[in-house]
Amino acid sequence: MTPAASAFHYLWLIPALPLAGAAVNLFFGKRLGKLSGVLASATLGAAFLLSALLVKDLMALPGDGRLVVRHLFDWISVGNLTVAADLRLDQVSAIMILVVTGVGALIHVYAIGYMHGDPRTGRFFAYLNLFVFFMLMLVLGENLLLLYLGWEGVGLCSYLLIGFWFDRPEASVAAKKAFITTRIGDTFMLVGLALIVAKFGTLDFTAIFHATAAGGIAKGTATAIALLLFAGAIGKSAQVPLHVWLPDAMAGPTPVSALIHAATMVTAGVYLVVRMHPIFELSGVALTVVLVVGLVTAIFAGTCAFGQDDIKRVLAYSTISQLGFMFMAVGMRAYAAAMFMLVAHAFYKALMFLGAGSVMHGTHDATDMRTFGGLLKPMPITGVTFLIGAAAQAGVPPLAGFFAKDAILEIANHTGRELVYVLGTFAALLSAAYIGRLVFLTFFGEPRSQEAAHAHESPPVMWIPLAVLAAGALVAGWLNLTPEGRLAGFLEPVAGAVPGGSGLAVPVMDAIAIAITLSALIAAWYTFASGRVDWLAVRERFQPLQRVLQNGWYVDRAYQTVLVEPARAFAHITAFVVDTKIIDGLVNAIGAGVKRLASVGRRVQTGYVRTYALAIGLGVVALMFWVGVRG
Amino acid sequence: MRTPIAFFLVLSGILFGVGTAGVLLRKNALVIFMSVELQLNAVNLALVAFARMHGDLRGQVLAFFSMIVAAAEVVVGLAIIVAVYRRRLSVNVDDSRELRG
Repeated sequence: MTPAASAFHYLWLIPALPLAGAAVNLFFGKRLGKLSGVLASATLGAAFLLSALLVKDLMALPGDGRLVVRHLFDWISVGNLTVAADLRLDQVSAIMILVVTGVGALIHVYAIGYMHGDPRTGRFFAYLNLFVFFMLMLVLGENLLLLYLGWEGVGLCSYLLIGFWFDRPEASVAAKKAFITTRIGDTFMLVGLALIVAKFGTLDFTAIFHATAAGGIAKGTATAIALLLFAGAIGKSAQVPLHVWLPDAMAGPTPVSALIHAATMVTAGVYLVVRMHPIFELSGVALTVVLVVGLVTAIFAGTCAFGQDDIKRVLAYSTISQLGFMFMAVGMRAYAAAMFMLVAHAFYKALMFLGAGSVMHGTHDATDMRTFGGLLKPMPITGVTFLIGAAAQAGVPPLAGFFAKDAILEIANHTGRELVYVLGTFAALLSAAYIGRLVFLTFFGEPRSQEAAHAHESPPVMWIPLAVLAAGALVAGWLNLTPEGRLAGFLEPVAGAVPGGSGLAVPVMDAIAIAITLSALIAAWYTFASGRVDWLAVRERFQPLQRVLQNGWYVDRAYQTVLVEPARAFAHITAFVVDTKIIDGLVNAIGAGVKRLASVGRRVQTGYVRTYALAIGLGVVALMFWVGVRG
Repeated sequence: MRTPIAFFLVLSGILFGVGTAGVLLRKNALVIFMSVELQLNAVNLALVAFARMHGDLRGQVLAFFSMIVAAAEVVVGLAIIVAVYRRRLSVNVDDSRELRG
């Protein structure tokens, strides 16, 4: 083995470092005090450096041999099924670990400032580190069970962190909602894993891909497996119809929203589909479902984002919408484009969430955009970095989002999916519009409240990560200037070639995209920041529509009526009719019967000695009489 | 001329009946206790009478056993009665009916 390759021996350290940080912070977090955040960030920084080193080594390997599988130990061995704890480093997981540890480290540093003064910072960083560990296991696992371990682990940490301020009722409710909603998808996914075990006899990716390539699986089975796995992805990546948990998850601390609910965990679904794409490709139906769900989600969440007043909820719906874009790409077999979008999105959405957190930090935890305004002046660094992130998302060239979104739309056009192209462009228009509304309401115009007027810039520990992420959002587009670009080339051995074809010329599409983005942004500026339109009056006029959008098309209320209320009613019946009346009634009836019988029988016990003596005497007489008669 | 066994048995029966009536009808623990002794001695009389009728000394020996056991029982029984009296200042058995159902 070459010296370079031997560095892969240390692959296990990448997940182990955050795990160690989590353990130390969990047990000694209180004593560490302020050091807990430093420790947590340091473990992640080290993990990031190690990831970068290993990815560099991976790049040094020949193009088609870039796959490292490290066997740690045999984990489970039941019957014919053996599951080993193996880590797999290939092009896809390389990108994921860089994003997870890189963005994660920045968010950890930011959280030191954001969580300053919270009495339970040790616990917070323990959870955050634990989350990173599970996320790394998810992307590094060589088999689906390790992936599932990470999958459930990040779900657990998501629950713990959304509900970190559990003394706020909305936070604990949101935590439960997130956990239960994603579990619905996870259950389908588990069934999918069972089906894979039944059909393939293994959960190892390498073995599954070999079997799939050899054609050892029927199309119907592939469709079933793919759809079951995708159900898990729908839950975790908050796609329609299981998207309802993500906007509520904003009740958690903002660094959590940035790390878990924007940059990493919610992209796990995209990663899963990219990873399992050989099975999805066997089944055209599954890919179509992925495409349709992604498209519907992108447009649906885009409209919802437009109706939100809470800055974090705008970003939450925006995340859902952007994830929809990624699934659109995956559904068109453009895995490289999806991964590119994932990386770009991780930068600009984490940046915007942290920026929103910085705004909250500077305005005493205000989140209602109607009370903001003109924050660019008191918070210049937050403002400028946020503008970069917003421009990246809106698709202003030459920032990351422009290339990412454009790549997806180009592929839609070039593969002859005209409807997808048109609707996708509409979704892009929406995303530029709502992000423009957010930016212009927050950072431009006049302050609309005392808090906004007296806002202050955040400390360096918070704005330095913002600046780094902004730099990332600026240059991430360089990774993939064209759909056939660098990242796509890097991913090609795993993800396959970018689907090609012919359609509109690329410059034409670029022009269309830029025109749409700019017109949306200008419209947003004219409405919300130019001062020429009384947007509150406009809002008043379109109030019914505004209400619908703000409530996310009443999906939550529909679930409440269709699912939650009947379930509650049923639970009420079982609890207060079946249990208290029938089961308890039966038990009580038996008890009461015995009691009644005893109340008769106990009269025998008079307590007078002479009664007992008489009974004994009569008993003896009767006995003798009986003996005498018999004898 | 021997006294017929029936005399002894009738006397024994009368004594036992008196003893039984005393146990069942009296309330004073000491009197009940004495009645129990009366019953025991009635049985002893019957034992001795039968022994004499059969010319077999084993019946008389059994009567002695019975007396000794009765003496031991008196010790225990009187001790209990004294203890109860100290506690309640009464030897009326009807006052002690805590075990009523």
